[in-house]
Amino acid sequence: MIVYLLCFALLLVGIYGLLVKRDLVRLIIASGITGYATNLMLVLFGYKRGAIYPILEEGKAVSERVMVDPLPQALVLTSIVIELGITAMLVALAIRLFEKNKTFDITKIKRLSG
Amino acid sequence: MILPFFIIIPLLTAFIITLIAGERDNWAVILSILAVVSLVILSVYCFVSLNGRTLVYEMGRWQAPLGIILAVDALSAFMLVIVSIIALTAIMFSVQYIRNLSPSWKYYALFMLLTGGMNGVIVTGDLFNLFVFVEITLFAAYGLVAYGNKAEEFEASFKYAIMGSISSTLVLVGIGIIYSATSTLTMALIAERLPQNPTVMYWSGGLFVAAFGLKAAIMPFHAWLPDAHSSAPAPISAMLSGVLIKALGVYVLIRLFFNVFGEMPVFSEVFLVLGTVSMVIGVFLALGQWDVKRLLAYHSISQIGYIIIGVGLGTTLGLLGAVFHLLNHAIFKALLFLNAGSLEMALGTRDLRQMGKVSKALPVTSFTSMVASLSISGIPPFNGFFSKLIIFIAAIQIGRPVVAFLAGLGSLLTLASFMKVQRYGFHGEKTVTADQAKVGWGMRAAMIVLAILCLATSALIIPGIREVTLDPVVEVIMNKTGYITRVLGR
Amino acid sequence: MKQEPGLTLIAKTVTRVSVWLIILYGIYIILHGHLSPGGGFAGGVVIALAFLNVMLTYGRETVTHWVNVEFLHDLEPACGAIYMAIGILGISISGGFLANFLSKGTLFNLLSSGNILLLNIIIGIKVAMGLFTVVWTLAIFHINEGGEK
Repeated sequence: MIVYLLCFALLLVGIYGLLVKRDLVRLIIASGITGYATNLMLVLFGYKRGAIYPILEEGKAVSERVMVDPLPQALVLTSIVIELGITAMLVALAIRLFEKNKTFDITKIKRLSG
Repeated sequence: MILPFFIIIPLLTAFIITLIAGERDNWAVILSILAVVSLVILSVYCFVSLNGRTLVYEMGRWQAPLGIILAVDALSAFMLVIVSIIALTAIMFSVQYIRNLSPSWKYYALFMLLTGGMNGVIVTGDLFNLFVFVEITLFAAYGLVAYGNKAEEFEASFKYAIMGSISSTLVLVGIGIIYSATSTLTMALIAERLPQNPTVMYWSGGLFVAAFGLKAAIMPFHAWLPDAHSSAPAPISAMLSGVLIKALGVYVLIRLFFNVFGEMPVFSEVFLVLGTVSMVIGVFLALGQWDVKRLLAYHSISQIGYIIIGVGLGTTLGLLGAVFHLLNHAIFKALLFLNAGSLEMALGTRDLRQMGKVSKALPVTSFTSMVASLSISGIPPFNGFFSKLIIFIAAIQIGRPVVAFLAGLGSLLTLASFMKVQRYGFHGEKTVTADQAKVGWGMRAAMIVLAILCLATSALIIPGIREVTLDPVVEVIMNKTGYITRVLGR
Repeated sequence: MKQEPGLTLIAKTVTRVSVWLIILYGIYIILHGHLSPGGGFAGGVVIALAFLNVMLTYGRETVTHWVNVEFLHDLEPACGAIYMAIGILGISISGGFLANFLSKGTLFNLLSSGNILLLNIIIGIKVAMGLFTVVWTLAIFHINEGGEK
């Protein structure tokens, strides 16, 4: 239970960063942190008490112990790939924004309003 | 079977365009038009020959709990037809528009990714596969909104990207909760095994309303839409506002909340409240805008409010109105954005105060924009009137006269707002020079096709035609156990 | 006093030896994807990091002398198209998109488990080239101010 609360605390740290920070690069880092928190929570959902890793090895018999659920690990792998792409897109947009506005401060980039 | 080809054709075209296109974009244009035309033919064939069945396809021949399945029923086939028709008209429009803006093959590759992703969202039957295709589509959308290298486009795309990534995080948390409760990801199996425990349903349902409501631009989550839809190039605005917020937002909400979760009165109330707020505040905010595309973007928020009210009413008549309004809004909003694009191309500005008398110089644009404005305001015999009337009657029938009154008020204010657009944009007092040569025949053909469809789809209300086209869609939505049995084959 | 681009001589000498080991490690992770953790994506990221290592320690011009960057940029959509072609081949041979049509072999062998090995290699190359293209484009952008997007 305590692990899920810590995971939620990490999510709150990321959301705090998205709400409060004014620099474009810090916004990108904060969105990365929320992504890490979500992936961690997905992996934790697959855990079973006293289970071992879900890999069959040559020479060892199929053991009687229960294996950890491997499906959330595949979900997390896909999710990491997607967030890598989104971060790359955000960084490219931040570079172009800096080139047009000469600043990384979001309170000064205000061409669209109303 | 033909189901995986809805995803294979656009994605393969995107990769081949990236490989073989050189400096000029001829090959890109030809390949993308071929791909979209074949998608139109496939989707119309699928919709016409469906006859109430549900087509199920297993990817890689792995059975349902172990593998990913694609499931197409009447609602999916309906959405596929809408997506491919709007994509065809947007591609026809963009050939000359993009050549004037900044010609490149990258636009066509991203457009194919967008279409392929939306098709993937519509045909899939697996919850995590839905999330992956939503991300593919949004990725292409962020790139296309920023196409054109103007300063405000990057700002709009950055806002859209940050808010989209927040909503993706919320979707993942919701998927985690549902997986830990049912230990499966196939939507039909989730519908079967979901415990009647209200805690799980409220948590995941609330997260999904927030996340997919952000993608559908319902009112508290709408803040990215005016910037993104007004800064994007015109055919991309037509695609985004016409099909993306519906395929990614409204369709997923209908599929999750009617087929997977079943009827829940709490969420119907939530949808009614959010839809009413979107509808009223959207049209009030649109009244004060002078930028043509920003005005149209606020009207998108308002019309999506109508559709969400229809979804929230939950009765057969309400869902019929919602589905019909989904089709109509795709057609006339795409037409309105294409008109705004051709105005911008000919006059060089988007500000209504600087436009003047162009009805002689751009006859096709003026005529089709009059058709679209009458449609969106709900004037008979155009299609907007019938769908709004159905939602109005459904609201009164279920005993909510306040919602019906606000729907009528919203319709009146929409009429006022579009009279302003017509007066300032097309019949103003100033005489301005309109470069008519820039509005080529491809752009004009796309607008005329959509205007004809505006009038033709009002024929869908005639009872004989409605039983074939719209009634199977509504029946599929309302029938949760039917969805489970038809997908799983029991 | 740094007159030439890149890092110090120590970094350059170590990189000259270790780049090949990094690429070998990445290929090992890709090839054993069906036997041990890793697979296409993880191995692809490691190979991309090998190229980026050379870019960081030696500078951009050396990388253009070392590999043909245009060919690597073209390799990525080619791998995507090959992936889709394998899927369509799966439809025509076995009746499902991406179905297994190679033999499954004996358990724990390297050449077992159907076309998972082939798909791992394709995805590994695609991810490596994709990541390299992204970082390369972001790095090149600073040279021509307002270059490609």
